[in-house]
Formats: sequence, C-alpha cells, structure tokens
Amino acid sequence: MNSFLIPSGAVSANTRQKQGESMKTSATAPGEQPTILTLNKVGKSFGNLRVLKGIDLQVQRSEVVCLIGPSGSGKSTLLRSMAFLEEYDEGEIHIEGQLLGWQDTDKGRRRAPQAQINQVRRNVGMVFQQFNLWPHMTAIGNVCEALRRVRKLSADEANKRGMAMLEKVGLAHKASAYPAQLSGGQQQRVAIARALAMEPHIMLFDEPTSALDPELVGEVLQVMKTLAKEGMTMVVVTHEMGFAAQVADSVIFLDQGEVVARGTPQQIFHNAEQPRLQQFLQNYLDRNAFWQDAKS
Amino acid sequence: MIFDPTIITDHLDDIGSGFLVTLGTWSSGVVLGIALGMLIAVAQIFGNTFVRAQLRVFIELIRSTPFLVQLFLLYYGGPSFGLSLDPIPAGILGLGVYGSVYFAEIFRSGFESVARGQLEAADCLGITRLQCIWRIQVPQMLVIILPALINMITVLCKETAVLSIITIPELTMVLTGIGSQTFAFVETLLMLCIGYLMLVELCSRLGMVLERRVGRFMNRQPR
Repeated sequence: MNSFLIPSGAVSANTRQKQGESMKTSATAPGEQPTILTLNKVGKSFGNLRVLKGIDLQVQRSEVVCLIGPSGSGKSTLLRSMAFLEEYDEGEIHIEGQLLGWQDTDKGRRRAPQAQINQVRRNVGMVFQQFNLWPHMTAIGNVCEALRRVRKLSADEANKRGMAMLEKVGLAHKASAYPAQLSGGQQQRVAIARALAMEPHIMLFDEPTSALDPELVGEVLQVMKTLAKEGMTMVVVTHEMGFAAQVADSVIFLDQGEVVARGTPQQIFHNAEQPRLQQFLQNYLDRNAFWQDAKS
Repeated sequence: MIFDPTIITDHLDDIGSGFLVTLGTWSSGVVLGIALGMLIAVAQIFGNTFVRAQLRVFIELIRSTPFLVQLFLLYYGGPSFGLSLDPIPAGILGLGVYGSVYFAEIFRSGFESVARGQLEAADCLGITRLQCIWRIQVPQMLVIILPALINMITVLCKETAVLSIITIPELTMVLTGIGSQTFAFVETLLMLCIGYLMLVELCSRLGMVLERRVGRFMNRQPR
C-alpha cells in the first residue's frame, strides 16, 4: 500500500534536480531572491462556497511544482489566481516581490489598475487546458501577436523571435497553419510557444494535457520536460502522475481547498500517509490495473 | 387595365435621382448606424453599471417606438429642442440612430460569441481589452454576425421609404409623386418595388461574397 503508481526505478527527479542545480546558480543573479512566487494564506470563495482555504506556498527559482488533487479540489482556481484570472479574496500573492492584483487604499483593499496587474504578471506565462489559441490567426500569428502589440517589436523582430519559439516546440514547419489545421498536441505546443515568446520567468500550466487524446499527451509533456531541464520555474496542475513523479521537485496534494500533503515525488507517491491522498492515488492505481494483470 | 411603360420611361431622370438619394441616405445611415452601434456595444463592455443602465434605456426606447414617429419627432420636434436640421441630415441621423441600437445588439451578441478563454489568454499576455476587441473579437465575430448584419442593413434600406415624410426626394417620394400626378399607381408602385428589390439584392449578394471571404479561416481543413 506504500508504493503507488510508479515502479521505483522511474523516479528520476533527482537527476533533473542535479542538472537544475547548476542552472539555478547561473540563472539567479547575485542579490536576486531565490523565491519567485509566494502565496500567503490565499483564499477564494464563489458565493458561499469557499474553494480555497488559506493556501501557503513558496516556489523557488527553477523549481517545478505539481498540483494534484481530485476535481473540485481548487487546484485550477489556485493556479488561475496566480495569474489573477481569478480574483483571490483573502491573503496575498507576491510575484518576484510584488503584490499581485490588489492595492491597499484608505478604504481597504481594492483591485489594482489593469496596467499595474499586467506589470506584476508580465513575467508569468500561462498555458490552458483548452489551448485558447486565436483561431483566426496562424501559428506564427498567435505567437507574434503579443510581441507586436505589447512588446511593440517590429514585424521582423517579432517574426524572428516567434519562429525561434516555434522551433523550440518543434513546430517551425507549421508556422503558417491555422489552429484548426493542427492536432490538439500541436495546438498546445503553439500555445506554449506563445507564452514562452514573452520570456516569462515562471510558467503556469493548467491541466495542459487533459483535453488531448492519449497518444498526443507525450509530445506536450516532452516539451514541458525540456523546459524544466532548462531551469524554467513551473507550476503545473496535472493528472499525469508519471510526469509529476519524473519532473516535479515538489508535489502538492490539494483536497477541498486545502493542502493535504506536500513533499517530494518520493514522499507523495511512495510514502503517502494521509488517507485522502492514499485513496486518491489508489484510484489511479486501479485505473492502470490492466498493466499488472498483463504482467502476472 | 393597361400597363403603360411610358409613365416610367418619361420620368427616368426623376426616378434615377430618387434612386441615388435613396442609395445615399441608406449607405450614410448604415455607416452611421454601424459606427454608433459599435460605440454602444463597446461602451457596454467598458462602462460601469450606471453607463450600462443608461445605454439599456436608450436601446429599449429606440427599439420600442416606430421609426416614423422618431423621424417626425427629430425633424418637426427637433427645432423646439434647438436642433434644426435640413431634411437629408435629419434623415441620415434618424436612420443611423434607429439602426444603431439594433447593430449594437448584434455586436453585443458577437462579442459574447468569442470564447472567454481566448480573452483570458490575451489578458495573461498583457494585451489590453481594446486591442483584444479589434484584434481578436471583431475579426472572429464578423463571421458569426455577418448574416444578422446584412439582414439589418436590408431592413434599413426599406426604412428609407419613411424618409419621404420629411420631404426627402428619395425613391418613394418621387414615384408616389409621379403616381398621384398621372394616376398610374400600378406602374409607379411596381417600379418602386423593383427599385428596392434591386438595392436589397445587391446588398445580399455583396454579403454572400463577404461571408465566404471572412469565413475562410473557419473552413480550412487539417492538412
């Protein structure tokens, strides 16, 4: 009952960490804070329903954090709060030391002006479950849009950087394709390229593979693994336990708006103590039970 | 009863100029209506509760009164509010305002037709709400709202007939005038129908061409 999901040999997070370590020292300039994202007692209610109940979380530079949990546990809401797509209504989120979304006034806390919100999260990239590409623009058009309109790059410069990003996700040859002409996996990779083009310091992934056919999941995870290896700070909401086990530095298990367990993949997947976590992982084990049957 | 084509051929000059006046007031009214309608729809996105409530009242007011009455009020009642307009400007303004509320509703439904996620993606990248409207929402919603837009434009074409009551010499005024001089009502009214038919037909054909063009990105097949 102790070892869930992964054959013990598959845990290779340690090797990645070692690689990340050397990256970390080079990526962190002297005097720069190692903590890039801080959540302090973050809470959120929809009407009477309190979906986040005072979440504390710190993400270090180059760290990969995976959020897991049953549906309705609040993990997506938590991730969306980090980009202020949800207005969290308790606690504080700091990105690189700056308070996200709110400002203190004489009359209490008020929503910050949009320009200020954009300023704070300008180094945050977001990838969505449904890709959310703009269907009337080509792949390169999607990637370049923000470079042109927000970063105000010239068409040539934007195009150059956009192509480099598509190259990175292996889709340079699809630059002139429209989203409808791409597979789900390709669309998601374009969406990742679009976020990367803005050179974010931290990438948020909201169930990036949940809308994909099983055989398309791998190509997206591969891109994400490469990013992690390069030292990108990532927070990933996922149901891909294999990915979490292999790539994450820490795994956080949420249930009913609370952090129930947090630790290394080893601690979460192999030495789960909390009954709720054990039950959650058992479901995954049952779902993949055919694997054991085939072997025996 | 004999159909006498000379009634029409004798007055071709007048009919032609009436046709042009109709075309002119119609197209100006449509342009003004679309501009005002877009302004109203965008203001509804950006405005606070108070602004939105005002706009709702305006839309309901215009929608629930006949165009004929609005036009009377604007042209004959206008001077007592300090608004004295010549017939043609008054007609174009009336047509534009009348159309604007319908266009605004069409645009509003169009804005809502673009998936929220696409706006969230833009928002995360720092793209402003206004840039989002022009670059992301408008191009996509055109595909969806174009039939409704063309429909409203053809309605406005026929509403120009009402402009005859404020002495604008457009097609209806000219042809009914000829009819009452010559008592050739059948010829003139038939000609009137043909005139509007031609305009509307022209408009819907242009609309179909446009529909095919703007919808191109939707119809692309996976390669």
